[in-house]
Amino acid sequence: MMQLRCPWCGARDESEFVCGGTSHIARPDPAASDELWGEYLFFRDNPQGVHFERWRHAYGCGCWFNIARHTLTHEVLAVYRMTEPAPAVEANGVP
Amino acid sequence: MRYSALALLRGALAAHRNWSPAWRSPEPKRAYDIIIVGGGGHGLAAAYYLAKNHGISNVAVVERAWLGGGNTGRNTTVVRSNYLYPESARLYDFSLKLYEGLSRELNYNIMLSQRGHIMLAHSRHDLESLARWANAMHMNGIEAELLTRQEVGELIPALDMSPAARYPVLGGFMQRRGGTARHDAVAWGYARAADALGVDILQDCEVQGFTKGANGGVTGVQTSRGHIAASRIGIAAAGRSSVLARLAGFRLPVTSYALQAMVTEPLKPTLDKVVISPGTGAYVSQSDKGEMVIGGGLDLFASYAQRGSFAVLQSVVAATLAIFPSFSRLRLMRQWAGIVDVVHDSSPIIGATPVPGLYINCGWGTGGFKAIPAGGWTLAHVLATGRNHELAEPFQLERFITGHLIDEAAASGIAH
Repeated sequence: MMQLRCPWCGARDESEFVCGGTSHIARPDPAASDELWGEYLFFRDNPQGVHFERWRHAYGCGCWFNIARHTLTHEVLAVYRMTEPAPAVEANGVP
Repeated sequence: MRYSALALLRGALAAHRNWSPAWRSPEPKRAYDIIIVGGGGHGLAAAYYLAKNHGISNVAVVERAWLGGGNTGRNTTVVRSNYLYPESARLYDFSLKLYEGLSRELNYNIMLSQRGHIMLAHSRHDLESLARWANAMHMNGIEAELLTRQEVGELIPALDMSPAARYPVLGGFMQRRGGTARHDAVAWGYARAADALGVDILQDCEVQGFTKGANGGVTGVQTSRGHIAASRIGIAAAGRSSVLARLAGFRLPVTSYALQAMVTEPLKPTLDKVVISPGTGAYVSQSDKGEMVIGGGLDLFASYAQRGSFAVLQSVVAATLAIFPSFSRLRLMRQWAGIVDVVHDSSPIIGATPVPGLYINCGWGTGGFKAIPAGGWTLAHVLATGRNHELAEPFQLERFITGHLIDEAAASGIAH
């Protein structure tokens, strides 16, 4: 089972967490076009590689945080707070 | 070579040394009229229907690994058409009808077994939603039967119907035409039939990029076996659709998740229906070999890893044992996962992409196997004619801009 390191509670089993999907998606202006709103709501990079994503420690402290995780190896490459920008991370040689 | 009882007899007399390979493994040509990216069920079916329905046989199917080794070989082999909305009902029932004639059409036994697909209700609210669902199916001209608690107990004797049952069964509903088909045989049957009509199936041929002309339209694919030219290209790559879309320069409303499944050791005939209990998360049928085939849940985070987590496996097994306590001493033989392409409304995308000449068939999410004939048929139609098949018209990429979603989350079987 994957373990995630909650910034407040430490390493816990994946089953204590809920994934909230891709991070750092900016909400468009309310007057933006349908195309922009469609992009914002539905379209995703969905990379095979490093993915910046939000998780919530749902069965723990309840707090949200961000991680950088490789979607092929599931290796967690960085853990950072919700208000921090995405860090520069290496994919450890995995394509 | 046509397969028949007579051919089998001839083979027996020749010590079975007379069989030829079911399809060729040709060298790639420099150019084709149409290239299909993805040698799974949908891609092979599209190639077959291009040749069969549209007379276009100068077609290549390029597959990065081996034929049918992705989700086509990783699903739980269930076929059904119990969807809620008219657009989906038409598409999925068209698919089931093609499945009903497929063994004969392809001269390849896909072992279709329409043993009945039963959904269980564990609460009064479940009963009400199943009644609504069955009525919607009737409105769409697809048979469905509501079952009482007693009828469910008679149809599925292994189910725990005791007063002490952890999840009491209050009733259910059944699509009698639902059931299972041999998944590998669907891929192999389409591959053999497409090959016989002149389609080249190129395995170990990974697409590494798309080449484009002056107007931005596709002119071919760069592969691990060199450049192959074509002015029309179809993508049928399920969980890897986003990877290919990125190579072609656009994004999709898709997230890739691992969906797991597992089989137990074989046992004597015990369960002759497909049973799903959405409330508990159990989805079980018995294979012809006797194994209990158990459909898993999604690991709800993006993944390309083709393996599921232990947490989900544990909850799926627990749910299965809660309704079938007598399975508790069976050992699991194998467990695996496929990468599924989930979109927000759990409905497919079959049609044009932002790149001229490039078409896509994706978004089937957790339920692509049952849709292979229809997905191949409609992708072939748009590749051959440049116009959407009428069944695929509601399932265009634009719906994520216009907001005309077809939300089949409940009918997709696996919780999202």
